[in-house]
Amino acid sequence: MSSAAAIESVETARTVKPGSRAWRRFCRHRLALFGIAAIVLMVLASVVGPWLIPFDQLKIDIRHRFAPPPWEGHLFGTDMLGRDLLVRLLMAGRISLSIGFLAMIVSTAFGTFIGVTAGYYGGAIRVALMRFVDAMLCFPSIFLLLILAAFIQPSVATITLIIAATSWMEVARVVEGQVRSLRERDFILAAEMIGAPGRYVMLRELLPNAIGPIVVAATLTVARAVLMEAYVSFLGYGIQAPMASWGNMLNNAQQYLGSAPWLAIFPGLMITLSVASFNFVGDGLRDALDARLDLR
Amino acid sequence: MANFLLGRLLQSLVLLFIVSIIGFAVLHLAPGGPLSQFALVPGLSKEDLARIAHEMGLDRPLPVQYWEWLTRLLGGDWGHSYRDNQPVLAVIGGRLSATLELMGAAILISVVVGVWIGVMGAIRSYSIFDMLATVGAMVALSIPTFWFGLIVIYAFSVHLGWLPPGNRTTVGSESTFLDYLHHLIAPAMVLALVEVAIWSRYMRASMLDVINQDYIRTARAKGLPERTVLWHHALRNALLPMIALAGVEIPTLLGGALVTETVFTWPGMGRLLLDSLGYRDYPVVMGILMFSALLALLGNLFADIFAAVADPRIRLT
Amino acid sequence: MSTGDIVLEVENLSVTFATESGPLQAVRDVSFTLRAGETLALVGESGSGKSVTSLAIMRLTPPAPLVTLAGSVLFTGADGERRDLLALDLDGMRAVRGNEISMIFQEPMTSLNPVHRIGDQIAEAITFHERVSNRVALARAAELLDKVGIPDARRRLSAYPHHLSGGMRQRVMIAMALACNPRVLIADEPTTALDVTVQAQILELMKELQQATGMAVIFVTHNLGVVAEVADRVMVMYAGAIVEKGGVVPVMTRPLMPYTQGLLHSVPRLDPESLGRDTLEAIPGSVPDPLSLPPGCSFAPRCRHVRPACEAAVPALEAADDGHDVRCRRWRKLAEAGA
Repeated sequence: MSSAAAIESVETARTVKPGSRAWRRFCRHRLALFGIAAIVLMVLASVVGPWLIPFDQLKIDIRHRFAPPPWEGHLFGTDMLGRDLLVRLLMAGRISLSIGFLAMIVSTAFGTFIGVTAGYYGGAIRVALMRFVDAMLCFPSIFLLLILAAFIQPSVATITLIIAATSWMEVARVVEGQVRSLRERDFILAAEMIGAPGRYVMLRELLPNAIGPIVVAATLTVARAVLMEAYVSFLGYGIQAPMASWGNMLNNAQQYLGSAPWLAIFPGLMITLSVASFNFVGDGLRDALDARLDLR
Repeated sequence: MANFLLGRLLQSLVLLFIVSIIGFAVLHLAPGGPLSQFALVPGLSKEDLARIAHEMGLDRPLPVQYWEWLTRLLGGDWGHSYRDNQPVLAVIGGRLSATLELMGAAILISVVVGVWIGVMGAIRSYSIFDMLATVGAMVALSIPTFWFGLIVIYAFSVHLGWLPPGNRTTVGSESTFLDYLHHLIAPAMVLALVEVAIWSRYMRASMLDVINQDYIRTARAKGLPERTVLWHHALRNALLPMIALAGVEIPTLLGGALVTETVFTWPGMGRLLLDSLGYRDYPVVMGILMFSALLALLGNLFADIFAAVADPRIRLT
Repeated sequence: MSTGDIVLEVENLSVTFATESGPLQAVRDVSFTLRAGETLALVGESGSGKSVTSLAIMRLTPPAPLVTLAGSVLFTGADGERRDLLALDLDGMRAVRGNEISMIFQEPMTSLNPVHRIGDQIAEAITFHERVSNRVALARAAELLDKVGIPDARRRLSAYPHHLSGGMRQRVMIAMALACNPRVLIADEPTTALDVTVQAQILELMKELQQATGMAVIFVTHNLGVVAEVADRVMVMYAGAIVEKGGVVPVMTRPLMPYTQGLLHSVPRLDPESLGRDTLEAIPGSVPDPLSLPPGCSFAPRCRHVRPACEAAVPALEAADDGHDVRCRRWRKLAEAGA
């Protein structure tokens, strides 16, 4: 920024208290760091944890049903069948987080494809694709999700695909907007001028320049997918027992709310923690990537 | 203006058309299809099934089926429930008031609380309050609605015994207005959580944008007290873009209502959808899908009209 | 134009912004006086601190930890009492703003609230300061609109800003500023955003109104052509400090500070003397970074007449002539050489 512009911005009196801005940035940054740490910890615990705990997630122990935490090695207590809650939480983490990541990959890929195609070709193709996106967004996504899940045999793979099928629209919108604005810029025109074919221009020029917003949207999509899995499974159309997911662990929790509240509290906390972590990271990334755009 | 609204209306109709195709396709392309309910009935032979399929017109090509369904829909016939043969519109209509009541209460809470938090956050931007509101909103957006519902039931019903754990009225007693209200508090609060977070974030951004505008400096230069500057000059401008948000948020709200209704055994459209899914009641499911999309589009349309009424710049141009 | 009693005395006004890279002094030790009925032009490039100076007098800069004001702004009100505006509490300051000192801004397009009727926007200052009914205030607003040359004033009360052109909106701003008969009007580049023909009309209007009311005007501008037309006295600012001030004729015809000379030379002129010559020249370089000003004269890096002594210490504002001050170590030498 030139010094004249610097003072000009000062003159218009739109400055922000400097100390607190740095503090805020720091704080945001800390939240993102917290998010990354929590995600890494959850993934590690889910992958390694179940081997370290001397209980099997499916081992039914009728004598120790509803053991409140901590109970003789059952750190988080036991459920209505006497199964160790902690090991089930970690096993459920494997499922819920996998679905989150996989659905993110599928929906980001599909949303990017739709967005780039619409943004690059424009015209009737753009109108048709974006109208389709608009129409998809008219439904409450949970409605579509439930209907699809109710009619399709639920498994990790199908639930992942169903969540992806109802999560790609935001990515498509973001990418379409980016690509459309990038297209107007000189270097894309230059690439076309020298006769680069359409597909080449899309992959080599447009995509790398739209990568920032895609990464942000993808991170937020993981949060969304974890949440969606929880909703469908809670409502009984998602991951089926005896396989555990954070959502279906809450399935039966409501009826034991008075006697065994920990059955409801722990899985919900895990969902909130993981979703919040991805949201924090996404938010931090958005700030960081915006800052880089400003410097250009 | 009239042209603009006419254009939006046309756009909405086109969208509704696409929506109906998507809904129809989702339902009829899914494995099983409408016929699957009969497959569960014991004693029905393959021939019986084929006959039923023929009577229901399910053996014809999908586009033909869609066309028939659409013409009947346009004629006001939304079909009949497989469960009790009631007209779909009547079935939905019976549940509509409960859902609208719940959504209305949640919108009221989220607008009042969300706007207040957003305005305070913008005025005292980067204060402790603002930080807490920012982080709080992000956490609130991460809490699964149904789980928050369980926690509220645990805290306020099981533990404290202040609020009923579900239903719209006390079963077996005279339903008074206060009784309604008493039952409404907890589900409305739960449904509002996410919306409060969203409204406060958008409101903060909008208000921050407005208080840096030249006309706010003009208002201060007139010597007006800060209260007048903020609540008379700034708020009205900051609220204008929020009207559109209210329209856009309807699908989210409806989705949240479904989950909230389940947790609080609230007899609304969300419960109806879940029940109908269990019974494979295709006409009702399709009706709810169309109805929710219609609600979303109407929401946007009304938001447009309302924004035009509220913003003098749009009114006369 | 006759000038009267002193209404405003600014003494050693400094404005410091707290920025992420440390304190930034946007205005340094500015002192001047303003008399009733006179027009003082505040001239400088963007970033010279002229707008900040005018906002600081009104205390419209961001609040304390962000921006600190030092010095004093002594204002003599209609009651004859002299008060330091920088020492007033906020309620006291609000009683002055829009009442005894008003301000109009550069952008008429964005300076009016788009969702309120212009009648209400004018009237609210009157109801607030003079505690009159809304009906009375609206009637006054209609008179004011009439006074600033808006036809069909009564009907225009219910117009919204977007119904009006830029020039009309600036007239509304002026009407709003004059609502409570202020003793001082601060005009921050009031014509910059307007078409040239409209500019002339607005300047003419302001002159008329000033003559009718006897108010003092601080006219902030970067346009030297406008200065010659409206000002009695001129104050030139560079990098937050006054570098030359004096009567409009001496400063415009015999500028002593090389910066002022440069400014005047960079304006195309049409008088017969300069027509044949190639006198249009830009000042080389650009305004210094306010966070790292040169140790000596802040204009030194761009000055043609610079000597090592200029870069050693900040020169003082010297009285060169009666009421003509200049901040230049070499002004005598340069004046002799030029003459």
